[in-house]
Amino acid sequence: MRMDSITCTDLNLFYGDFHALKSVSVSIAPKRITSIIGPSGCGKSTLLRVFNRMNDLIPGVRITGDVSVLGRPLLDEDILKLRRTVGMVFQRPNPFPLNIFENIAYGMRIHGIGNRSQVEETVEKCLTGVGLWEDLKDKLKTGALSLSGEQQQRLCIARALATKPEILLMDEPCSALDPIATAHIEELMQDLRSEYTIVIVTHNMQQAARVSEDCGFMLLGELIEFGKTTQLFTAPRDERTEDYISGRYG
Amino acid sequence: MRIPPSITQKIAKISLTLACASAVAALVFVIGFVLVGGLKHVTWAFLTEPILDMGRAGGILPAIVGTILMVFVAIGIAAPLGIASAIYLAEYTQEGKVTQTIRFGINCLAGVPSIIFGLFGFILFVVMLGFGWSIISGGLSLAAMVLPTIIRTAEEAMRAVPRNYRDVAASLGATRWQVVTRAVLPYALPGVLTGVILGIGRSIEETAVVIFTAGSAVQMPRSLFDSARTMSVHFYILAREGISNDNAYATAAVLICTILVINITAYTMMHRLMRGRRAA
Repeated sequence: MRMDSITCTDLNLFYGDFHALKSVSVSIAPKRITSIIGPSGCGKSTLLRVFNRMNDLIPGVRITGDVSVLGRPLLDEDILKLRRTVGMVFQRPNPFPLNIFENIAYGMRIHGIGNRSQVEETVEKCLTGVGLWEDLKDKLKTGALSLSGEQQQRLCIARALATKPEILLMDEPCSALDPIATAHIEELMQDLRSEYTIVIVTHNMQQAARVSEDCGFMLLGELIEFGKTTQLFTAPRDERTEDYISGRYG
Repeated sequence: MRIPPSITQKIAKISLTLACASAVAALVFVIGFVLVGGLKHVTWAFLTEPILDMGRAGGILPAIVGTILMVFVAIGIAAPLGIASAIYLAEYTQEGKVTQTIRFGINCLAGVPSIIFGLFGFILFVVMLGFGWSIISGGLSLAAMVLPTIIRTAEEAMRAVPRNYRDVAASLGATRWQVVTRAVLPYALPGVLTGVILGIGRSIEETAVVIFTAGSAVQMPRSLFDSARTMSVHFYILAREGISNDNAYATAAVLICTILVINITAYTMMHRLMRGRRAA
């Protein structure tokens, strides 16, 4: 039996009194792209942030239920190790105002891994992995903020890959990019699929349909439906899913 | 009757320009007045000779040394303590009643007249702890005085650092301390340093606190437990007791030049630092 990358059973999350995730149960398969769609405020980003415990940074968050990442209960895993295993790409490209090299090396520096040549090797590998190496290999010392939006987002993906995660969480990674850049990032996701488990949150249904193999639809904190993307988009089992994908609300 | 927008725009522009110009003019006048009156009496001997005849003759070397030592003690204590407190307030606690109370207290302290800190320092350091009138008492009292400014400025600078730097660092597995040292402090540094520079400036120009806690000895201090006077105190005594107007002006000129030099150096350094960071 294959082991799922992430499993949740009866997950509930509260921001103070607000019940943000309601009894969510889901299994996310390894080495595939899973998308989570739903209207703004449905809890899809919150769910994503459970998986690397980013919600811990927000005061007043309470979680019940079982979550396992790579077969281990979420809370048993050392949080810093967990975040190394589960990388995250944010909505807006957010490189540090450092040079390109130091941006990628950031995670390795934090964990004190790798000597100089290993860091250099990883930087090259990660930049190659996101398709930036050829363009940027001669200007690794230039500021990352001088790059275009698409390049910055690729850089942020490379930065997340540099700590050698197994799972990559992407929180609307293209919403700040133009359609061409979006297409490029989507291609990149396909390239990365063979090596990483990717979970992407998006409010762009077409994007979910294009890139993902599995798809979940969330509404008001509930996971309404989860299954194969093709099935969810062509033959949704739930009426609310059908209403959403046919554009009746959202 | 409605005044046409083009007229209100003109009036606004003229009054704002005038307001700004008069502020600058006042500054230029004060500085110019002191420099013109004082610089002509500033000689190499004035800077390097001991104070003679209570300041009527000789130079101001002991006052320069006293100033430097006292500022070093004050900032050496206030900067680490203040920055640490600011880190605690900005990064290590959740906003709530406690932090609000602390912040309110700090803001109140920042507005307390310096003579109160002088009195506090006199009672605590000079009398109770038995440090006597000394550089150490003066430095500690000055530290207490500038601490609120340093905390407040540093905290504001840290809060101004974009949230997503913290999020990214955390998402890569950084501890809270690593988030502070690698994702917050580097970008808050100019603001943090501004607070420290303000603290240096206030320590140099302070008289009340120093008279109460460090006394006003004219001899060259030989240790931190000796009484000493700063340039500000020297100027105050020369001017108030009518000892020597020329030397008072000369001292004031040196004082102003010192502050100018410190500010220019600090801001140039900061600018370099930032530019280096952006380009690097």
